[in-house]
Amino acid sequence: MAELNAVEIRQVSKIFGFGEFAFAAVDNTSVSIRQNEFFTLLGPSGCGKTTLLRLIAGFEYPTSGEIMLNGENIAAMPPFKRPINTVFQSYALFPHMTVAENIGFGLTMLGKPKQEIKDRVDDMLKLVRMEALAGRRTSQISGGQQQRVALARALAPQPKVLLLDEPLSALDYKLRKDMQIELKRLQAETGITFIFVTHDQEEALTMSDRIAVMSSGKILQVGNPREIYDAPADRFVADFIGETNFLKGRISSVTGGIADVDTPVAGRISATMPQDFHAEGEVTVVLRPEHATLCPPDRAVANQMTGTLENVVYFGTDTHYHVRLSDGETLFTLREQNKPLQSARFNQGDTVGIALEANAARVLRN
Amino acid sequence: MTDMPGTIEAEKSRDIRKRWLLSLPALLIILLASTGPLLIVLVYSFLTPGPYGDVQWLPSLEGWIGVVMEKDIFDGTFSLADAHVSIFMRSVMLSLATTVLTLLVGFPTAYFIATRPEKTRELWLFLITIPFWTNLLIRTFAILEIIRNEGLINGLMLKFGLISKPVQMLFTDGAILTGMVYVYLPLMVLPLYASMEKLDFRLVEAAYDLYATPFRVLRKIIFPLVKPGVIAGSILVFIPALGAYVTPSILGGGKNMMLGNLIELQFGQGRNWPLGAALSITLMLIVMAALLVYVRNAGSQGSRHG
Repeated sequence: MAELNAVEIRQVSKIFGFGEFAFAAVDNTSVSIRQNEFFTLLGPSGCGKTTLLRLIAGFEYPTSGEIMLNGENIAAMPPFKRPINTVFQSYALFPHMTVAENIGFGLTMLGKPKQEIKDRVDDMLKLVRMEALAGRRTSQISGGQQQRVALARALAPQPKVLLLDEPLSALDYKLRKDMQIELKRLQAETGITFIFVTHDQEEALTMSDRIAVMSSGKILQVGNPREIYDAPADRFVADFIGETNFLKGRISSVTGGIADVDTPVAGRISATMPQDFHAEGEVTVVLRPEHATLCPPDRAVANQMTGTLENVVYFGTDTHYHVRLSDGETLFTLREQNKPLQSARFNQGDTVGIALEANAARVLRN
Repeated sequence: MTDMPGTIEAEKSRDIRKRWLLSLPALLIILLASTGPLLIVLVYSFLTPGPYGDVQWLPSLEGWIGVVMEKDIFDGTFSLADAHVSIFMRSVMLSLATTVLTLLVGFPTAYFIATRPEKTRELWLFLITIPFWTNLLIRTFAILEIIRNEGLINGLMLKFGLISKPVQMLFTDGAILTGMVYVYLPLMVLPLYASMEKLDFRLVEAAYDLYATPFRVLRKIIFPLVKPGVIAGSILVFIPALGAYVTPSILGGGKNMMLGNLIELQFGQGRNWPLGAALSITLMLIVMAALLVYVRNAGSQGSRHG
């Protein structure tokens, strides 16, 4: 028997407002989240990812559709009856309670025996490495520590599913990196299904087992980070996840999943076709910036383009180059890793050539 | 020149003098409007009543004895003044009941306003404060009109045959209580609203999420966090209620007196100013004692939690 999905969203819509002001924050969306999965809802602000999370938590009720938790429809169940806990963006720690009282709150509400609550709170404090601060007020600890308490509080009642609403957005860069690793560790140790909401694509790629990319209340693509990055389903996903170059062209022939595309700026490019996708005529080809390198304009390489180097941006680990292609319109971005003691090979205003790596280009599904 | 010690000291003393001069208006107001009158009341309470009101400058403790004792006009012996004691008891009980009832009614009202969209909150607050603009006498007479024997409620109930003769509602403790709850309700709602408005409703969501039922959210999260408003509102209602005069005198008639009416009686028809003064100070002491007990209790509970 196939394992039951942890959470299943079935044709769920959430409409706010009435009449002409009606607005579908979540628009007839379906998605399945597996057991013990680190699942991320990724999208720009206003795409409906937080509303979808609030529907799962029970703070909002769907206008239509079903929300299944381990096979049971919980769409109409109030939040205090759902075995689901949330880590809030603002942490929402209770200011009139200590760290330990905060962590124990859920268990107290469930009516667990005092000793069990105490043991569990101690375990949780150890899990998030906050033993020393158990008696502190939540206002007396730092943002990163509040974050840990919020996590411990949500994990303490051992929920079936843990929802995380952009929990790292208020932390500074270094702390955020640490917490990303910490979250992965906690998810592995507890074996709880995590549903994580973020607008940060890097966070999504590094932490998730699978990602759902959302826009305008709809889920555009679900897949593991590599699928999402390497084989974006459409232009929005390609544009939102990482930097992407779009080149227009015409398909001249297709053999074994590889299409020869004639482009005005780069001549003939061989590009991978998406599975089960057939197209003729006008298509868009996508190219990731790290799959191209700069070269002198006169050297003959396959798939070569030429243009004027407009901008050089140094990023430490790598350098970004923006090249105005020969058609005068397209701005092509490429990224080269910096080598030790290497100075810039090209300067602003230089005419440069662009060499593409083999199998780098991909035809976009429209 | 300025580093000469003499000059610095002169400068300093001139500065201090200037500061005193500048704070003089405030000090005068405090002296004339607050401490001064209180001192006069205190002095009067230890004097002998004059035959037509006023006082005679003869020191006497009879005013203070009269607060709880009664002098027999024939043999001059003292006995416990039952009337005064029952008025004290009634005043305290009615004020407590007023405080509790305004809290019960005001809490959901304030919660309702605080959870409205920001733009409409001001309108609701405005509606709450409208009665303040109407004279207290008129508002009290309006209640009288509603509950008197020939009034609105009795009239309707008689018409629909629910009762055969009017129910006596006016001139009862219940009438006083109704009037006071109505009059003092805004004083409870406003401070409650002020602290509820600051409440982070995401905490309410967090508590729901952690298996707290709506009632428990109220008890464990909302109530502890708006406690400062509850304390402020209770104080603002209890103190004026204890000294209320207009409401009990109109709705309680002559027989259901409260402390305010008793004091008025001594300065008016009773022509016993020392007794009135002693009663006034007694009222102050009750208020202070009640405040002390209340704030200490509420404060210690607060420090245990938040």
